[in-house]
Amino acid sequence: MSKIKIVNLQKSFGDFTAVKNSNLTINDKEFFVLLGPSGCGKTTTLRMIAGLELPTSGEIYLGDEEVGMLRASERDIAFVFQLFALYPHMNVKNNLSFPLKMQGYSRSEIKTRVEEAAKLLRIDHILNSNISSLSGGDRQRVALGRALVRRPKAFLMDEPLGTLDAEFRELMCLELKKLHIDIGATTVYVTHDQLEAMSLADRIAVMDGGEILQADEPSVIYNKPATKFVASFIGSPGMNFISIDQGISNEQSTLNIEGTNFNIPKQYEISKGKKNSFGIRPENLSLTNEGGLKGSVFGVEYLGSRKIVTVKTNFGEIKVKTDISTNVKINENVQVKPSNDNIIIFDGETDKSLKSEFMN
Amino acid sequence: MDTSRSYLEPSSFSKKLAATIIIVYTVITLIPISWMVMTSFKNVNSAISYPPEVLFEPSLEGYVNLFTNRSRQSQEYLDSLPAPETWYEELVRSREMVITGPSKFLGRYSNSMIIGFGSTFASVFLGALAAYAFSRFRVPLKDDLLFFILSTRMFPPIAVAVPIFIMYRKLGLGDTHLGMIILYTVVNLSLAVWLLKGFMDEIPKEYEEAAMIDGYSRLQAFFKVVLPQAMTGIAATAIFCMIFSWNEYAFAVLLTQFNAQTAPPFIPTIIGEGGLDWPAIGAGTTLFLLPVMIFTIILRKHLLRGITFGAVRK
Repeated sequence: MSKIKIVNLQKSFGDFTAVKNSNLTINDKEFFVLLGPSGCGKTTTLRMIAGLELPTSGEIYLGDEEVGMLRASERDIAFVFQLFALYPHMNVKNNLSFPLKMQGYSRSEIKTRVEEAAKLLRIDHILNSNISSLSGGDRQRVALGRALVRRPKAFLMDEPLGTLDAEFRELMCLELKKLHIDIGATTVYVTHDQLEAMSLADRIAVMDGGEILQADEPSVIYNKPATKFVASFIGSPGMNFISIDQGISNEQSTLNIEGTNFNIPKQYEISKGKKNSFGIRPENLSLTNEGGLKGSVFGVEYLGSRKIVTVKTNFGEIKVKTDISTNVKINENVQVKPSNDNIIIFDGETDKSLKSEFMN
Repeated sequence: MDTSRSYLEPSSFSKKLAATIIIVYTVITLIPISWMVMTSFKNVNSAISYPPEVLFEPSLEGYVNLFTNRSRQSQEYLDSLPAPETWYEELVRSREMVITGPSKFLGRYSNSMIIGFGSTFASVFLGALAAYAFSRFRVPLKDDLLFFILSTRMFPPIAVAVPIFIMYRKLGLGDTHLGMIILYTVVNLSLAVWLLKGFMDEIPKEYEEAAMIDGYSRLQAFFKVVLPQAMTGIAATAIFCMIFSWNEYAFAVLLTQFNAQTAPPFIPTIIGEGGLDWPAIGAGTTLFLLPVMIFTIILRKHLLRGITFGAVRK
């Protein structure tokens, strides 16, 4: 297993730049997730690491070796595709041994390795089955098995759970995590599903528009998003933003919105302009009768353990995660107030979060 | 209203109608073929008798005549010969003739085999490579090139017979196997490229990518992963190419005389005494029909799969 490092990586297709000047270091034995909406460049980045696309510029290191311009077959990595790409004209056993045959292993070695991988993934009972007769989950396991048998330097996975139904996805998520712990392989995993990313990743890189916006542990990404996009993309529902027409000065710790003073974490950075936004997660808000932003209830979603109340205010719709006992009616007048200090101010010009006592 | 029947299931009336149409069509198609096969088992007289004989005494005369050259001899000469050793000698003697040697049919037939299968293989092989390239790579002017390839089929091939004839004379390709293989391959290639490109487009590129990551070169991935999955398309294409080059008549007449003459220009020239030897022609045509028939039956499984290919998400 090896660490992976990408330096100033760029990829253009004609006029379109899919990946912009990206830098990343993925540690040995780390489960690293590239997360972003479709078209954000996450798959292109993964395909460049795999050697399925050649970078326009920049370097990719696999271990200590620069592999940016090597063929996929010369890189010693394994790739799990979204549609699995299991060879339909071969049975499970042949699919698993296909990568080994090329590398000139002896027949007995191939047999041992295939059986080992099959046992690990609990597919040893279907080794002689045809691919077309397998269920989605089993196909997924075979695809993982084909990656495993090689014992490659790194595993690359492109939305491998994307085609499974929700129930199976959860199960496979757990299995993947367990498998990762068992074999400790460096893994780069691409997904657009933030829940999948949160539950699997040691670290997550959030991408948008070909750029890596933030790469950190899931809890940091969630609690201390580096940009407005990260804040809105992560979390369900995403962070609320309230536009404020005032600059932020150093050491500022209150903010006046619509005549009400709100305490904010002590700010350590001066905003560039006067149009900024105030970001807060739905669970850090509460409904009150006074001292908050005025609005009326627009909708109530019942989630079993919590309720999400959407409040229409002069600053747009604000979502509040409330206790299940909260009883509000549609069109009822309420006020929304932060229940703690987990407030982030985003600079209107750069969309980046400003440093503060909370965002240190 | 009959509600027991599924809306997807055709009604029994439409099923019967479909069956009737298919049977009528099959009968109409089979009449000339069965007439031909019947003719091959008639003797010379019953083949041209009027009214035509539907019931007749079968004879292998046509087949014997097809494979042999014979000459008519006087009864005295025939009597002076030792007794015939084989059934076909006996048959020929009963017509007051002796076998003077094998006919050219076998040679022409094997020419057809060599040229037919040779050009089919070449068309499918080159077509598959070209189709793969068009399907996967960013070829400059791809659409124009594809149209250009197709445009070679917009006129009947025989329209360029004169230039090809002159070209083949100059290049020394006239009346050679290689010349005919090249010619039929060129004609078939545009069809092969277009047909196979459609099939290649249907194969997700992830399969080759997976193989390449597994350590195979692109060409190895093509042979090990893409070709096996394109078998349906290859089978369909091979049948079309085979049928064309096997049946082709005009170029064969024009460009081949002895060495590389194929069966189609040869069969109609089988002349018996006092006119065409219809049973021999019938026999030649029947035998000529067999390879394409067998070839199609062998590949039929793939053809049937080809019809539904891509219809259902795998």
